[in-house]
Amino acid sequence: MTTMYDYAEAAVEGALAAGAIYADARVVLAKQEGIDVQNQAVQSLDRTEQAGVGVRALIGSSWGFFATADLTRRAATAAGERAAEIARASAVVSGDPMEFADVDVVQDTYETPYEEDPFNVALSEKVDLLIGVTKTMQEVDGIAIATGNLTFYDTNKWFVSSQGHRIHQHLVESGGGFDATALGERESQRRSYPQSFGQYETGGYEAVRKWDYAGNAGRIAEEAAALLTADEMEERETTLILEGSQLALQIHESVGHAIELDRILGWEAAFAGTSHLQLPKFGTFRFGSDLMNVTADATLPGALGTFGYDDEGTRAQRVDIVKNGIWVGVLSGRDSAAIAGLPPGGMVRGDGYNRLPMVRMTNVGLLPGDSSVDEIIADTDDGVYMATNRSWSIDDKRLNFQFGTEIAWEVKNGKLGRMLKNPTYTGIGPEFWGSLDRLAGGDEWVHWGTPNCGKGQPMQVAHTGHSAAPGRFRKVRVGVRG
Amino acid sequence: MTRATELTEQVLELVEDRAEAEVVASSGNLALTRFANSFIHQNVAEDGEAVSLRIALDGRVATARTTTTTPDSLAAFVEAALETAALQPVDEDWPGLTAPAALPSVEHVDETTYDADPAARADVVKAFVDAGDGMLAAGYCQTEGRTQAFANSAGQAASGRSSSAIIDGIHQTDTSAGGAHAASAAIGDLDGAEVGELAARRAVDSVAPFDAKPGEYEVILAPEAVATIAVFLGFYGFNGKMLSEGQSFVDLGTRQFDERFQMWDDVTDPRAMGVPFDTEGTPKGHLDLVVDGVTRGVAHNRRTGRKLGVASTGNNLPGAESWGPIATNVFVGGADSPPDELIAGIERGIYVSMFNYCRILDPKTMVVTGLTRNGTFMIENGRIGDAVTNMRFTQSFVEALGDGRILGLGNDARFADSEFAPGIMYVPTMRLGSWNFTGGAEG
Repeated sequence: MTTMYDYAEAAVEGALAAGAIYADARVVLAKQEGIDVQNQAVQSLDRTEQAGVGVRALIGSSWGFFATADLTRRAATAAGERAAEIARASAVVSGDPMEFADVDVVQDTYETPYEEDPFNVALSEKVDLLIGVTKTMQEVDGIAIATGNLTFYDTNKWFVSSQGHRIHQHLVESGGGFDATALGERESQRRSYPQSFGQYETGGYEAVRKWDYAGNAGRIAEEAAALLTADEMEERETTLILEGSQLALQIHESVGHAIELDRILGWEAAFAGTSHLQLPKFGTFRFGSDLMNVTADATLPGALGTFGYDDEGTRAQRVDIVKNGIWVGVLSGRDSAAIAGLPPGGMVRGDGYNRLPMVRMTNVGLLPGDSSVDEIIADTDDGVYMATNRSWSIDDKRLNFQFGTEIAWEVKNGKLGRMLKNPTYTGIGPEFWGSLDRLAGGDEWVHWGTPNCGKGQPMQVAHTGHSAAPGRFRKVRVGVRG
Repeated sequence: MTRATELTEQVLELVEDRAEAEVVASSGNLALTRFANSFIHQNVAEDGEAVSLRIALDGRVATARTTTTTPDSLAAFVEAALETAALQPVDEDWPGLTAPAALPSVEHVDETTYDADPAARADVVKAFVDAGDGMLAAGYCQTEGRTQAFANSAGQAASGRSSSAIIDGIHQTDTSAGGAHAASAAIGDLDGAEVGELAARRAVDSVAPFDAKPGEYEVILAPEAVATIAVFLGFYGFNGKMLSEGQSFVDLGTRQFDERFQMWDDVTDPRAMGVPFDTEGTPKGHLDLVVDGVTRGVAHNRRTGRKLGVASTGNNLPGAESWGPIATNVFVGGADSPPDELIAGIERGIYVSMFNYCRILDPKTMVVTGLTRNGTFMIENGRIGDAVTNMRFTQSFVEALGDGRILGLGNDARFADSEFAPGIMYVPTMRLGSWNFTGGAEG
């Protein structure tokens, strides 16, 4: 009987026969269910299935990659041959032969731990949940648009390499969220829950249940409506306290992308950009204050960037990235690690069967402190507390950022004061992280998930995790607006 | 009959008369040759088929998509979609299916490009890299050939083929980068050397940048930067969903822009790319968005058209339920001024080659923040002068194009793209009276 491994093996054999010095292949069967509800009406109920094999062949200095949705042995073998042919065509504009770091050759299986298969939860229950929260939000005066969404992913991957890897993984991811938009004469104000773009985790439907959508819909809508009459945030330099999900995005953009070794090596220079971090600074560069301890940990239970093996067959691992403020780690794969002389980090993933695996964040998170957001506010004489991302922009070296959040409150004499609208803050990465002086922890440390990380050409979307708790930063420029 | 058409007919036959149904099928090739540090490091291609089915079962609507197109798989796919739809609440806003309608007779396809091999892409890359004369080059050359078919149970059917080819890249020195871009339906139109030379010139001219003081500056925006503005106007403004929800700045029939500003969507233009129908089977045509500064139209699909009492303009896309309909064959009207003449009119200003990482702060006011990239220069006494380090801006795009703010338009309209979607914006260089730079990229 033919198994999925057979197709992957046929692809690898095809590539080797056509001259590849190394080849690997992934057969992927992925299904996705997405439900969007707006103002108590289902906008879309979308079920997607994707199946195919992608094969990667190394010849000289280039990867050749070919993918096909035709799951037959003949098509898989031909895909391997095409991958080698494409790699060979790169010789017209070639570089030094690509090195490839050693990893353990593994034959294994991995499955996401989950309690409740989200695809087995009744569709009516899921739709009713979203209709219910949008109804609650619409009942608040001033709310024009109330939306809710849920998305579930079930992915099976069979990985085979010419070195002998044979790995099957079954990954389950679940999440969603809702938001309320209030419209004014010349403005719109929005509040989201659990965070902007929803909260996603590895796991089953329990990852939705635990966030108590129904219990938070009313508050979120009231805050959106109140923002219309809130005071505008004035531009100034002040103390900034960031809520956890906004701090998670701050980590994603100004730390996570900056530590990608492919960016550091210039492989993403034209599109995503490079990094202000360069290898001669490795191990000595001060990225932030002593409170800044960042890890890339693909083993965190429940976090969105958790798996068993990456798409090169390297085991998931935890890597120190910033230790007591000093830059000590990168995100890497077997090829980039070999160039840098570092151990491969197991951080290479492809988006579906039809995209070339590349360096992606796993769970790049800021380790917790020993405080709480209440204590931090109580310890702040003058500043602002900002929550939930609304906009994000950062330069191609991952230095200069400007974020907008949905809502803010002023902090005066240790207490939250006026609500403020249109909050923004801007800064330069290492200076900003150097001003971190208080950090919450305990149950305020959350594995926030980012389901929409774009990178690569053709564009790939990855699911990444960012553990964070609220933190405080000094002397930050806030309120910048055109 | 193409394979895509065959798939739409198969799926419709499987649905029978059990529900209203519309099917979109596509087949084709996408290939991309990527280079960095002056050599090709990632070279990829895929072929495949995809089918999308939207079912309306007594007003209960569901969508399903698959890449598995064997007969057994399609049969199971259709049954699953019908079962899913049956579990749905009734969609009170279901606009129904597109009635049979004729399509414009236009096909933007080049056979050489449709099946271009990796050697053809490598040749374009080599010309780009060689133009840098030893500078570090990075970028990509992409070719795509696609056949798309549509059929619904109301009798509308359509099919079309399209191709595209893109070269996009940068040259880098130790302290600078310069970028350039070209796109066409035919790879033979791409001149890798010419694009590479422009990128190299911008990089060389930028080797010693200084930090310009933030503030309001008169600007020359090269086509890549203008394309960014056009993308945001289309996505957040000229979008029937955003308009129907009250989130768009658009006020139809009102003079919202400088009278020089013209913007339209037209798949029938010989320079355009893509097929002349949308994913609801609605024929595309010419859609005026802005005429002489007056906002005249927005993109609609059947749902947003029904909501606002107008016809669909044929701008539905996958995901439009969430994002809304979007114009994808956009032209911004040019004038007859060579870019050098536009520059010559400026006493002190800034030339922007392209923007980067732009994000909207509020769609209603169209305030956007982002940065400049790959070639930013001071303009002094009518000439491009010293390079400046990348700068952050925070600017309302509608206000930037407002009455009296467009001071000139170039005669160099072409496909341009800086970070979003190549092949959908055909725009010229633009001279604007004021642009709000809020900081330098490095401090």
